[in-house]
Amino acid sequence: MPETVADTHESGVARIFAAIRLPVGDPFALAGLVIYAVFIVTAICAPYIAPYDPSEILYTADYDLASDLPPGAKGHLLGTTSLGRDIFSQIVWGARSALLVGFTAAFMVAFIGSIVGLLAGYFGGWVDAVLMRLADVAFGIPFLPFVIVISAFSEPSIWNTVIAMGLVLWRDTGRVIRSQVLSLRSRGYVEAARVVGSSDLKIILRHITPNILPLSFLYGSIAIGWAILTEASISFLGFGDPDAISWGFMLQDAFASQALARQAYYWFIPPGLAIILVVSAGFFISRGYENLLFPKLGR
Amino acid sequence: MNSLKPLLIRTLQLALVLWAVVTILFLMFRLMPGSPLAAYIDPTFTEEQQEALIRQFGLDKPLWQQYFTYLVNLLKGELGYSFRYRAPVAERIWLLLPNTLILTFSSLIVAYVFGILAGAWLAWRRGSRVEVAALPVVLATRAMPEFWLGMVLLAIFSFSLGWFPAGGTRSAGTEYSSLWALYTSADFLSHLALPMLTLAIYSQGLPLLLMRSNMLDVMKEDFVTMAKVKGLSSYAVVVRHGARNALLPVVTSFAIAVGYQLQGNVVVESVFSWPGLGRELVAAVLASDYPLAQGAFLMIAIVVIAMNLIADLLYTFLDPRISHA
Repeated sequence: MPETVADTHESGVARIFAAIRLPVGDPFALAGLVIYAVFIVTAICAPYIAPYDPSEILYTADYDLASDLPPGAKGHLLGTTSLGRDIFSQIVWGARSALLVGFTAAFMVAFIGSIVGLLAGYFGGWVDAVLMRLADVAFGIPFLPFVIVISAFSEPSIWNTVIAMGLVLWRDTGRVIRSQVLSLRSRGYVEAARVVGSSDLKIILRHITPNILPLSFLYGSIAIGWAILTEASISFLGFGDPDAISWGFMLQDAFASQALARQAYYWFIPPGLAIILVVSAGFFISRGYENLLFPKLGR
Repeated sequence: MNSLKPLLIRTLQLALVLWAVVTILFLMFRLMPGSPLAAYIDPTFTEEQQEALIRQFGLDKPLWQQYFTYLVNLLKGELGYSFRYRAPVAERIWLLLPNTLILTFSSLIVAYVFGILAGAWLAWRRGSRVEVAALPVVLATRAMPEFWLGMVLLAIFSFSLGWFPAGGTRSAGTEYSSLWALYTSADFLSHLALPMLTLAIYSQGLPLLLMRSNMLDVMKEDFVTMAKVKGLSSYAVVVRHGARNALLPVVTSFAIAVGYQLQGNVVVESVFSWPGLGRELVAAVLASDYPLAQGAFLMIAIVVIAMNLIADLLYTFLDPRISHA
């Protein structure tokens, strides 16, 4: 008997991995996964890749402040900021903030959204009514203003963005997963499990959850982009953590230091491109998932 | 009418949502660090002003009484007194709302006209090299931080080329006899161009991708095949039979896009110093001008909720296949 339990457990894990189905066959998704791989490696190895400490104020050999150096100037691949900080090192370290914010926020959004969708779709009735009215309220909250107010009233930190996203952005995931659960609930094998007396918890975990996991991942991969964009906006508006080097912080620094008027493109173009690259990687992966999950939309 | 009852229910639901958002707003600004008076009273107000505000908002009463006073005041349009402007918040908001609405609607109209045409065209050219190259570009425009796009356009077209002014709504020293004269002046339009373009480039992706995938669906339907069999030109098939039917969901998405755009405005208005609700919200929060911050937040929330309702209504009325079961 214990063997069969272990057996079903193992096949359960295997099934979850099979269910996530990384969409490597799709060229879009493959490109996205490659970008993510580079991004994650950069974030983890930041101290080894970056030539300087990103917030260190640097001096030239003749003890002048190494400020506003153009790209290619001795040892500075992308130049330096007005305060004499190395732009390339900031880009590399910025990957770390982006990774932290992106993945934790995406996890929160996908996790909360999936739980809400599962409960609302499976139990229906008043549970459904309450959760869906909560989703309506979340849809009625202007997201960015909400994050601004939260950030202004708490200690400046990148986690404000994550918390605000967890509080508000589960709404899209929750609604989609709910409607998916509604259709799964009436499938034959779920009915069968109910007839043989499986508990609600067991049906949800064993028969329904594996089937909604790809959708959770789809919305999670979109949420990574949203989180990075939101954190960038918040930092740009001056509500970010001044001690954390993020791409949004770099843009705010450039904007406030008149980099636009001085046409210091080398300063504010790279952080923007870094954001675009990572956020579109999430979109590419989600497109791959969509083709996989809803083949009708594709070719 | 059969469809009237579900609409009524939806309207009531969204009225409840508005009430919930108003309550969240109340709690956010009352539970913030600092004195409970801080939400409405600046220490530099005169004694009489302070007392008048304490009476008006019941600030010496328990929290639940303050809450009811707050609701009643909201219904009367009383939003308090701005710390920085020394003027009623409502007055300030009504002054800024037109700027935000002009920016939002002009950019969305440009985005939708372009997105619909380009989306239909890409669907028609399905599988061509142009289509393969265009899709990642469109996805990348959705991945741009809007304020960064604004910064790039500002650096190129304002600071490098000098074609457009760098910010604001009018040149210093210009006066207009009426708001209408201001909004139709060449000066105002040249100030509008860059922020409008920024938001339009960011927003065109949604209608474009929607239009494209709807077109692809519609083109597979029987009546389109029928039109082709009848020997109609490909233009007639695409435009008269395909596009007209694919347009419906795209039009509905416009209302939702207005709500999203208002949030994006917060950063773009800040980049271009555009005197709208979003920039005011940021400035008010940074300056701890809490009554004004609450008022701007509330106004944005009202428009977002109203647009959600309009999207629901459009969805039901325009598409007979949808019914709220």
